[in-house]
Amino acid sequence: MSQATPSLSRTRHSLAPWARIVALAVCALLTLGPVLWTVSTSLRTPAEAFDLPPRIIPTDPSVEAYRGVFDQIDVWLLALNSTLVTALIAVGQMITAGLAGYAFARLEFRFKKPLFGLVLATMMVPLQVTIVPVFLVLKSMGLTDTLLALIIPAFPTAFGTFLMRQYFLGMPKDLGEAAMLDGCGPWRIFRSVYAPLAAPGLAIVGVLAFNYHWNEFFRPLILETSGQNYTLPLGLVSLQGNLGTGSISVVLAGVVLSMIPAVAVFVVGQRPLREGITSAGVNR
Amino acid sequence: MTNTRIPDAVRPKQPAAPPAAAARPSARDRGARLLATLFLAPTIVGIVVFTVVPIVGSVVLSLFHWNVIDSPSFAGAANYREVFTDSTVLVSFRNTLVFMVFAVALQLLIALVLALAVNGRMPVWLRSVFRSAFFFPLVLSAASISVVMKYLFNQDFGVVNWLLGLVGVAPVPWLTSENAAMATVILVYVWQQFGFSFLLFVGGLNNIPKEIHEAASLDGATGLRKHLGVTLPLLSPTLLVASVVGIINALQVFEQPYVLTNGGPGDATRTAVMVIYESAFEQLRFGEASAVGVLLFVLIMAVTALQFRLSRRFVHYQ
Repeated sequence: MSQATPSLSRTRHSLAPWARIVALAVCALLTLGPVLWTVSTSLRTPAEAFDLPPRIIPTDPSVEAYRGVFDQIDVWLLALNSTLVTALIAVGQMITAGLAGYAFARLEFRFKKPLFGLVLATMMVPLQVTIVPVFLVLKSMGLTDTLLALIIPAFPTAFGTFLMRQYFLGMPKDLGEAAMLDGCGPWRIFRSVYAPLAAPGLAIVGVLAFNYHWNEFFRPLILETSGQNYTLPLGLVSLQGNLGTGSISVVLAGVVLSMIPAVAVFVVGQRPLREGITSAGVNR
Repeated sequence: MTNTRIPDAVRPKQPAAPPAAAARPSARDRGARLLATLFLAPTIVGIVVFTVVPIVGSVVLSLFHWNVIDSPSFAGAANYREVFTDSTVLVSFRNTLVFMVFAVALQLLIALVLALAVNGRMPVWLRSVFRSAFFFPLVLSAASISVVMKYLFNQDFGVVNWLLGLVGVAPVPWLTSENAAMATVILVYVWQQFGFSFLLFVGGLNNIPKEIHEAASLDGATGLRKHLGVTLPLLSPTLLVASVVGIINALQVFEQPYVLTNGGPGDATRTAVMVIYESAFEQLRFGEASAVGVLLFVLIMAVTALQFRLSRRFVHYQ
């Protein structure tokens, strides 16, 4: 018995890693499978798109489907709208979250605790619960069916503010105190000492904002009614509607086009994205 | 816009700073308070206008009948009475809860198993490949991925049924039968979302000190016993965060059922948020939509509060 146990556990240790890695590889393939299929189908001719078994490498790769997307919808306009909305929100959130996060971390003022509580509480409020009044507020401002309707309400970010507060709290207090002894006022201390150190934290806020708002569907669906104000996800779903039973390849080519910036952010901003998600686990 | 206004407003104060140095505390405090006001203004004003006022607005609107065109008329509790007797609304809440239970359970289970597996011994590059693979679907748009999934789960020419056919399973009506449709929506949602919990778990596992596992191994704990007896309790704070966020997100599901099934067949996959969308923006019944929104809000708060209460018994902080 006492001899059998160690040998048994040893075989388990030498076998298990391989079995585990193979199992993980299968899971990874299942996870990426739909994306690979999308890319490969978008490169097939419409006639080949329905072929089963699906050929991962198209026999006769063609960009015909991509041409189809450009014929069906104004991809450039949608991409421009998406870029404009997403970039402005990302920059806006970096500014508002950076400023508010710093105030909560390093400045003294009245009602600090209740105000911070208010910010945290709004993280719990789902967008869908407030969407009807938000729609009415924007309507009364005459902003519905404009890109501003998507941009302005997205500037304040409770999660970003929280994240930046943590970030500033993690910086040594002595830096600011030394600057104060040198005669710096509160603004100089922020501008010259702490703000430059905050860049990595701001990058997290920006990347999270970009990823979330690039893919956003619910708000554009409600707030944008005319096609020229659509963003990419909205245009794609309408593309699918336009085509009905038409070409899969064209729809999937559109999906691939809309994925490109998201994938680019994934490649470049993978670490900030991961850190943002891991650091508190709330972002959508 | 705000970032140019703030420096301009503050800069005039700057030359005044050296003379104020004599009366240091009060002048500096006033400067800091002014700065705080300016720094907080965009965030607080935004939150008040686009979250606080709308919450109050939702509650108020839920007491009125209103179709935007005619002037609103007071309805009292009529919208709520209607909501509680409207079979579509009731079914949508039941669907939302069913969706939440299965989606969150599945998502946490898959994420936990994969995080434990990825955390085992393997080359560093391989670990980062796996980590990226499981995280990847998170960066894609739920709407466009649902478009893709609609083809994959097609009963007649979808790849999923073709694969099942290889092992002799008859074609499944994934999106067109009442029983299968909800399961498909859950699968698609979990496929995209499990990476979120996975990342949380990987982070949580990395925070567990190695010595604890070594001590457990010396005491003779192996494999599953070690995971259940040692790892899981240490991971419980992360589990709490993952389940709270998972539940809040799941209760708001919209894109997947909207694109995959549009709530059907029948009402089989209609969720609470879909009802809010349809009654407000398709049927122009803003009062009823707000009542559903208020109920969803209460539900989310109640579930979250319950969870924190229950967690006191199961969550161990180091």
